[in-house]
Amino acid sequence: MNGDGAYSKNEIMVAASSRTLAGERICFVGVGLPNIVCNLAQRTVAPELRLVYEAGVFGARPARLPLSIGDPTLVSGSTAVTSMFELFAFYLQAGLIDAAFLGGAQIDRFGNLNTTVIGDYAKPKVRLPGSGGAVEIAIHARKILVIMRQAQRSFVEKLHFRTSPGHSGDPEHDRARGWSGSGPTSVVTDLGTYGFDEETGEMTLLTLHPGVTLAQVRENMGWEPRVSPELGETPPPSADELRIIREELDPQGVATS
Amino acid sequence: MGESKVASMHDAVAELVRDGDTVAIEGFTHLICFAAGHEIIRQRRRDLTLARMTPDVVYDQMIGAGVARKLIFSWLGNPGVGSLHAVRRRIEQADPEPLEIEEYSHFGMVCRYVAGASNLPFFPIRSYFESDIPGVNPSIKPMRSPYEDGTEVYVVPPLRPDVTIVQAQRATADGDAQIWGLLGCQKEAAFAAERVIVVCEELVEDAVVRQDPNRTVIPGVVVDAVVEQPFACHPSYAQGYYDRDNGFYLEWEQISKDPAALEAWLKEWVYDLGSHADYLEKLGDRFEHLKPGERWSGQVNYGEYA
Repeated sequence: MNGDGAYSKNEIMVAASSRTLAGERICFVGVGLPNIVCNLAQRTVAPELRLVYEAGVFGARPARLPLSIGDPTLVSGSTAVTSMFELFAFYLQAGLIDAAFLGGAQIDRFGNLNTTVIGDYAKPKVRLPGSGGAVEIAIHARKILVIMRQAQRSFVEKLHFRTSPGHSGDPEHDRARGWSGSGPTSVVTDLGTYGFDEETGEMTLLTLHPGVTLAQVRENMGWEPRVSPELGETPPPSADELRIIREELDPQGVATS
Repeated sequence: MGESKVASMHDAVAELVRDGDTVAIEGFTHLICFAAGHEIIRQRRRDLTLARMTPDVVYDQMIGAGVARKLIFSWLGNPGVGSLHAVRRRIEQADPEPLEIEEYSHFGMVCRYVAGASNLPFFPIRSYFESDIPGVNPSIKPMRSPYEDGTEVYVVPPLRPDVTIVQAQRATADGDAQIWGLLGCQKEAAFAAERVIVVCEELVEDAVVRQDPNRTVIPGVVVDAVVEQPFACHPSYAQGYYDRDNGFYLEWEQISKDPAALEAWLKEWVYDLGSHADYLEKLGDRFEHLKPGERWSGQVNYGEYA
């Protein structure tokens, strides 16, 4: 919980992130916060939203908070269960997925992500999980949404390894033929929300969460952030959003407290 | 094993899994055959190359026990919990010995099995663009399409495991295996393999499978051995039979962090037990709360065309 006790950092992240899904139809979802974000969006700004889980479940209606990406609650009552091949080939590579969430140990100013290693690849300081489906998701989901806490060690000037591509940072560069997606569109952290500049592809601070200062944002990232001239304040979670999160989606506060 | 394919886990592993083999125990969070992994540890296989999209706790146990020299994968972790510390010690510190790795993405791994199962020399995918992954895995190669103006794709090589082990809810004595719930890449991994072991929750009569042929994922024609072993996936799950034992995944985080605790766990739960039946007996009533309520599928009419 934050100072005034009204909502937690994770709750404002979830609420702010869910609003970026307004009007979207098909979303690729992972476990943890993104799962709650998508389920909240489905009950608020995106009633048509259909959830596709990476384990191969389409139109899932989980009756409990899934413990893993392959929780059996995702299967029971879903619209379709697909093999991994169909999921990646027919749904993702063919361009059916409107939005997807990615995260990582490191992100850079262009939304490139590292989920592979900290340190040298051949002799890593920390061996991370690797790509999983992240590289394909980054290339083919129409919009990439990122939700992660902000810190010097995670918002870095230079990635130790580029697992999944974001924007190139080169204005001449067009996301090459064969990419279904247009790259990262939104980053929500515990301090604020970011979009990406259409020309340069650079992460741009759009709003600060209530009570957060620009100085705090600067202290928690490895580069000088680009700030929108219309910098605003993130609307706090509404009573309705908080009720859905606390009563329906995460009653035990596993992911959001 | 003679005429019948039906075998004990001990005999199936003894006969079909050999030192130096490439072994795939597949299953995407669902139907992961821990019992087979434990039997491979118990029989002290060595120098295996372990392949799997998502190496999780069972591969941490196997790699911690020293059965493998190499790992082929696309995502490495304890799903929903954290890290595989035995695997990480070997990769990060070569402790107690190095582990060779060859990594792909999920789509890349799936398509390696598809190429293996389809007898193709490679499989093209639109992936890996501007990623550092091909730079650390020379088997992922860029290629231009001979059609369509030379579109760039990446290709992955076929993966043909010596042995694939999959768990099914039910199978016949001939190995016709029916699976429901998450399908992962079990079909592709089985067709790609030289030898296939099907482990099932229930061994059923041929007539049961014939009643619902659309549910058959792996046909007996590619299966070498059938092992009936209920609860063989614990702490993973089998849709409709038992839930994931999440408590164990959480406990593993602590066990796996400490090499001495890992060694003690292997002794207590694998080496000192003769079989998975002993393991289940030792687990006691831990299963009771893992059994789900009922939610039956409807029925379809296949039609009688006499």
